[in-house]
Amino acid sequence: MEKSITNNKKMIGVVLLIILALPIIVQDNNFRHIMILFVLYAALGEAWNIITGYAGQTSFGHAAFFGIGAYTSTVLLWKFDIIPWIGMLIGGIIAVVVAIIVSYPAFKLTGHYFAIATLAIGEIMLQLFVSWEYVEGATGIMLPIKENGYKYMQFHPMNKLSYYYIVFGLFVITVITAYIVGNSKMGFYLKAIKENPDAAQSIGINVTRYKLYAMMVSAFLTAIVGSFYAQYVTYIDPFMVFPLALSMQIVLITVIGGLGNIYGPILGAAILIPLSQYTRIIFGGTGKGLDLIIFGALVVIVTIFQPNGLVGLFENLFKKIKKKEAINDGKLHDVS
Amino acid sequence: MESYMMSVDNVTMKFGSLVANSNVSFNVKEGEIVSLIGPNGAGKTTLFNCVTGFYKPSSGKVIFNGADITGVRPDKIAKLGLTRTFQIVKPLKSMTVKENIMTGAFIRTNKFSEAEKIAEEVMERINLIEKRDYLSSSLTIADKKRLEIARILATQPKMIMLDEAMAGLNQTEIKEVMKLIVTLNKQGMTFVIVEHIMEAIMPISDRVVVLNAGVKILEDIPQNVVNNDEVIKAYLGEKYHAKNQKS
Ligand SMILES: Nc1ncnc2c1ncn2[C@@H]1O[C@H](COP(=O)(O)OP(=O)(O)OP(=O)(O)O)[C@@H](O)[C@H]1O
Ligand SMILES: [Mg+2]
Repeated sequence: MEKSITNNKKMIGVVLLIILALPIIVQDNNFRHIMILFVLYAALGEAWNIITGYAGQTSFGHAAFFGIGAYTSTVLLWKFDIIPWIGMLIGGIIAVVVAIIVSYPAFKLTGHYFAIATLAIGEIMLQLFVSWEYVEGATGIMLPIKENGYKYMQFHPMNKLSYYYIVFGLFVITVITAYIVGNSKMGFYLKAIKENPDAAQSIGINVTRYKLYAMMVSAFLTAIVGSFYAQYVTYIDPFMVFPLALSMQIVLITVIGGLGNIYGPILGAAILIPLSQYTRIIFGGTGKGLDLIIFGALVVIVTIFQPNGLVGLFENLFKKIKKKEAINDGKLHDVS
Repeated sequence: MESYMMSVDNVTMKFGSLVANSNVSFNVKEGEIVSLIGPNGAGKTTLFNCVTGFYKPSSGKVIFNGADITGVRPDKIAKLGLTRTFQIVKPLKSMTVKENIMTGAFIRTNKFSEAEKIAEEVMERINLIEKRDYLSSSLTIADKKRLEIARILATQPKMIMLDEAMAGLNQTEIKEVMKLIVTLNKQGMTFVIVEHIMEAIMPISDRVVVLNAGVKILEDIPQNVVNNDEVIKAYLGEKYHAKNQKS
């Protein structure tokens, strides 16, 4: 069977290597900061893609899992001196538990109703943390300063590269997970559920269970990225880690890049993160929200002209080039 | 006492005040081909939905291989070996033919390579092997119907329920589906078939159940059904009646 480019391990490896090498080669802290955000959002997009791109269950509330990850590792470090690596894992597990509790009833809803329910979950989390005194409510938490190094995931602010290695590692985990899911029984089942739940059921697929699996994986991955984020910015409050804007950014990045495709979130983040950073730099404080307006416009354009996202655009180009080559080689058979 | 592979026992299905199935009962023995006929809106698809778990019947019971499957989820019923196709085909559009069939095969295995193997075998058997890499959305209606059957064959069922697998096909294609059913049946597969094309199913059916307005009005061997005046006039239409009279 002809391998599609999205299934090509070598291709994925090359893309990852380039992403890893860029901030090592370019020794500019501003650039490295943008690379960290790029990889962080790409990782969030990969995680979100599993439940929405693969399984077709639109989540507008992924900030909930991100915030849970951020708060769990932070609180554990702050109150109990537990290293963020363990905090990250526990945050992931708590996110999974929350995902199960909220998704199980939410999966009874379909389509737009499910999406609205997830939206509510994100907002509920925000309000919950704003009013929760144990975690300092709206005031937020400043991370205690520990010794520099990988153990506490704390480095000199000028040492962006070490932070980069960590978030890149998490990103690779999300990419590998997405690849494994996409090319396994689970991926087939999720796609079947997305395409046609009745057909899926008729061939033995427990629709609710597999949607739940997808949500659990997605929530875990989102939460561990949230833990990293807290370590990187060293201060968190509910409005930073639970905002609707974050949920929406994850959605936009993946939709623009390409739903249900490994390269989608990478491409989407590669375009949108620098864009949002530079609009902020250019327009200063007033630029707040401008990036979202541009994102929104892009989504409209992309969904109208290229529903498969930018990846779809590239795949079509790729196919056309191959077709041309085949014609030139005089061995064109079925290229459909 | 005779043992049946499936017993539909007094199944009633109401949608509000509409009674789509009213106390319908029939049995299917292992290795049989039983056809379910009746005019549009007779309740055939509804009965399929009740039997395969897509609807929970308002009352009545369905027994499959000794297990009470009334109101059991469709995926569980499929795991027990009872699967159905849909009147309106439901291909997994973004997947290739092979991937569609593999999705069915995963019911009995977690291994990718094993699912591939099962899909290959099914595609060979059902004449889809040349189209294995076609996107299922690009198939002709005949191939889409064939794919529906292939996908459930990959679940390695004990009984197959076909809901108008021949509708919209031309004569040659209908013959092919008939041949496929007969071949599978010879290999031991049990069938319940809903079909409007009498010429196609009468010759291959062991028994025919006639539904009208949700009620079972007759159950007999094909010859008796096609010669039953009441059935011909009321349920197969005047045209078929007239044609039969001529010959
Ligand atoms: N989900 C539903 N809700 C309400 N009414 C329904 C539903 N499904 C079927 N019906 C009604 O039940 C009756 C039987 O429909 P059904 O689809 O079972 O008929 P059928 O014998 O399969 O007809 P056809 O030959 O046209 O496929 C029809 O009057 C139909 O409108
Ligand atoms: Mg019908």
